[in-house]
Amino acid sequence: MELFRIGRTIPFMRNALVLNAISFLTFVAAVFFIVAKGFHLSIEFTGGTVMEVNYAQAAPLDKVRTAVTGLGYTDFQVQNFGTSRDVMIRLPLGAGQSTATQSDTVMKALKASDSTVELRRVEFVGPQVGKELVENGLLALLFVVIGITLYLAVRFEWKFAVAGVLANLHDVVIILGFFAFFQWEFSLSVLAGVLAVLGYSVNESVVIMDRIRENFRRDRGATVREVIDGAITQTISRTIITHGSTQMMVLAMLLFGGPTLHYFALALTIGIWFGIYSSVFVAAAIAMWLGIKREDMIKPIKKADEVEEVYQE
Amino acid sequence: MNRYPLWKYLTVLIAVVIGLLYTLPNLYGESPAVQVSSAKATLKIDAGMLDRVQGILQQAKIASAGASFDQNGPVGTVRVRFANTDTQIQARDLIEKALNPNPADPSYTVALNLLPASPSWLSAIGANPMYLGLDLRGGVHFLLQVDMQGALTARYDSLVTDLRAILREQRIENGGIERSGMSIVLSFSNAATRDRAVSALRTRHPDLQMTERTDGTRLQVVAVLSQTAITTVQAKALSQNITTLHNRINELGVAEPVIQQQGSDRIVVQLPGVQDVAKAKDILGRTATLEIRMVDDTPAAASALAAGTVPFGLERYQDRDGRPILVRRQVVLTGENLQDAQAGRDSQSQQAAVHLTLDQKGARIFRDVTRDNIGKRMAILLFEKGRGEVVTAPVIRGEIPGGQVQISGSMSAEEAADTALLLRAGSLAAPMEIIEERTIGPSLGADNIAKGFNSTLYGFIAIAIFMLVYYHLFGAFSTAGLALNILLLLAILSMLQATLTLPGIAAIALTLGMAIDANVLINERIREELRNGESPQNAIHLGFERAWGTILDSNLTTLIVGVALLVFGSGPVRGFAVVHCLGILTSMFSAVVGVRALANLWYGHKKKLQSISIGTVWKPKD
Repeated sequence: MELFRIGRTIPFMRNALVLNAISFLTFVAAVFFIVAKGFHLSIEFTGGTVMEVNYAQAAPLDKVRTAVTGLGYTDFQVQNFGTSRDVMIRLPLGAGQSTATQSDTVMKALKASDSTVELRRVEFVGPQVGKELVENGLLALLFVVIGITLYLAVRFEWKFAVAGVLANLHDVVIILGFFAFFQWEFSLSVLAGVLAVLGYSVNESVVIMDRIRENFRRDRGATVREVIDGAITQTISRTIITHGSTQMMVLAMLLFGGPTLHYFALALTIGIWFGIYSSVFVAAAIAMWLGIKREDMIKPIKKADEVEEVYQE
Repeated sequence: MNRYPLWKYLTVLIAVVIGLLYTLPNLYGESPAVQVSSAKATLKIDAGMLDRVQGILQQAKIASAGASFDQNGPVGTVRVRFANTDTQIQARDLIEKALNPNPADPSYTVALNLLPASPSWLSAIGANPMYLGLDLRGGVHFLLQVDMQGALTARYDSLVTDLRAILREQRIENGGIERSGMSIVLSFSNAATRDRAVSALRTRHPDLQMTERTDGTRLQVVAVLSQTAITTVQAKALSQNITTLHNRINELGVAEPVIQQQGSDRIVVQLPGVQDVAKAKDILGRTATLEIRMVDDTPAAASALAAGTVPFGLERYQDRDGRPILVRRQVVLTGENLQDAQAGRDSQSQQAAVHLTLDQKGARIFRDVTRDNIGKRMAILLFEKGRGEVVTAPVIRGEIPGGQVQISGSMSAEEAADTALLLRAGSLAAPMEIIEERTIGPSLGADNIAKGFNSTLYGFIAIAIFMLVYYHLFGAFSTAGLALNILLLLAILSMLQATLTLPGIAAIALTLGMAIDANVLINERIREELRNGESPQNAIHLGFERAWGTILDSNLTTLIVGVALLVFGSGPVRGFAVVHCLGILTSMFSAVVGVRALANLWYGHKKKLQSISIGTVWKPKD
């Protein structure tokens, strides 16, 4: 079986301008939603208490709400998740009482109204922890961006480095935009997923850049645009197959992984598809516009006898 | 060209064998067990306990599935396995009753535990299963923040007592020594006494920085702790709190608790398998500190008490019955000087009592204070979460030498046992606050394992089917490589005795999904070389060769991300990162070396190879 029967080079760069304009608009829209709507941050970031309880029959949400209201809470959420027997209760920080005892009091109140209730999970996070997580998350992002830029600049060329990082930050911002637009819960594992996407997506750009470099060395007559188009054409089947395989794994997590892995898998899914798009259409185009040249890829050679070695593959 | 030297084949073979051996223990699961350890520092468990426990079980005709005695440093533990949880609980109750005839004062901790059920020859070569994180096995996780300001305040309070004693010893008159915020202010009436005091204090307490000043007509010295002294106080406070937590958790009877320092002022406590969160929190959250102070019963104090005012130098507390009592701010002794506390009975009145044993320094101070204050009352205060309560305020009948103190009075036997436990478990050097709590029920843990395992399995099957259909034999090689990858990853995680969490399982799944990239790169490259008219042998060779550079580059960038997550991540993110980083390394080995070995073994010796099974290689017609 051979899915991709590509006879001639596909002119990917022909519509680069239009596609990048679309990309740019998507990016702006994502930034807009992030700023305007903000994130639905999980309690790991905001602080507070989350409880998961399980009932023997379908959960009486109203009764749960009444019980929690009876304890003096006003700003809280009660919702089903997973099955109709599972209930998630989110409580804000503080409310005057010692936060560590919140879950005990609530559990007692719930037991009083229905004794079949079973505590599945409690998570309490104090305010100081959340602040640190945000700081560390941003630091990790910064470290990743700097690390990847440096690596690409050394291994390839600064123009590729800039192009690669821009393209992949674009992916990250778009994922974040999705989370802001749909108000999906943004938790620590989603953050891990987003950062993993960053690496994964750079990985994609690297494969294409590798090919561009190789083709620069091989086809000395071709124009820059032809070289880029050729490189993307040669790698496109690998791109789709690899991402398809990764997506299969992620889909399995999305379908069978339960609520804990749900948003993690969702972030990866968006990341995978935008990762393909951005490495094919965005990264190479930016590198092209930055003025990538054959000379950037092939270091000037001083001694004639070294030529053999450098051009050898 | 497609032949490996023997050693390369052997390397792959050894990797497979080691991978199998060290992954194996994870498949055996766990068997229920009961473990017996000592609850007292003075009581040692030796191999004799093993016979005793087995004797108890034999008498009751409870069948065990193996028992062992382990010596870990000075701590001996007896562990007995059982076939199912019912017999386990039955046996626990039985052993508990036999070993601890007096439940109020247990000598041994008898706890339920789960032990790896892997055979002993595997443990002998160091092959043990991974630990399961709390999210997979259920349990409680706490992150506690130590109040360092509180530790310093306590240190200053005890310094005040110390300085006072020094000046009294040297007969240097002074106009009062008080703590004022984070400093101690000493007042003197003239410069001569002040200078004598400063030089006396300087030799005894070189860690104090003293500055002189005048406040109106009074001459004063302000003493503050030096920066190194402050660091020492904080480090000591943290380590004492950790020790205290260890003691308290031992009393809880948790099988394998984790108590670790995190950062400079935090402590992580993980109690696997504990379901009674309320009790755990109660015991941990009892941030009790013990203090002994003098009660002021002078008529002036009594009238102030009646008027509801608190004179300077005194503090107002309530005793257990809610009666107010005025206590000096000066601390005579703290929990630091307490060595042991046991519940018992007064030898004459048969009333419930708590017997305290003080250390040498504590005994000396206690002797002096009791000698100087016969007829007066002394208060034993317990501070919990910043609120103090007078446990008891007995009258000093006579000098108490030797450091053996008995507290008796209005308390029940149960209260005595409780107080003793609290005191014995040690006092905290500084108050703590729970800033993060995670409780996972056992059913959720089992669900999480099943979900993580299933999604990885289904994803793997889907990828394997696709690879087989698309790349035929080379797809089979790739699938074998992927299987080797997961085997090596699990083996390394088991060797490192890493803790597997749900994000860790997600990372395994994701790593597999991404690891296939290397195989796709190689296979596509081989096809491309075939398309360009290379001979099959040459195509295999060039395909692996040319794909390698790309594989290295792309994996290194992914590794940068993994390292960043490892450095800056916390909790679940770090678990994800560890697996992710290891997975990148194992995937490079299995895809590049492992799959190549298979391809070489299969095709390498065929000199006149006409075609290779890598699916259709379509050639453009031009």
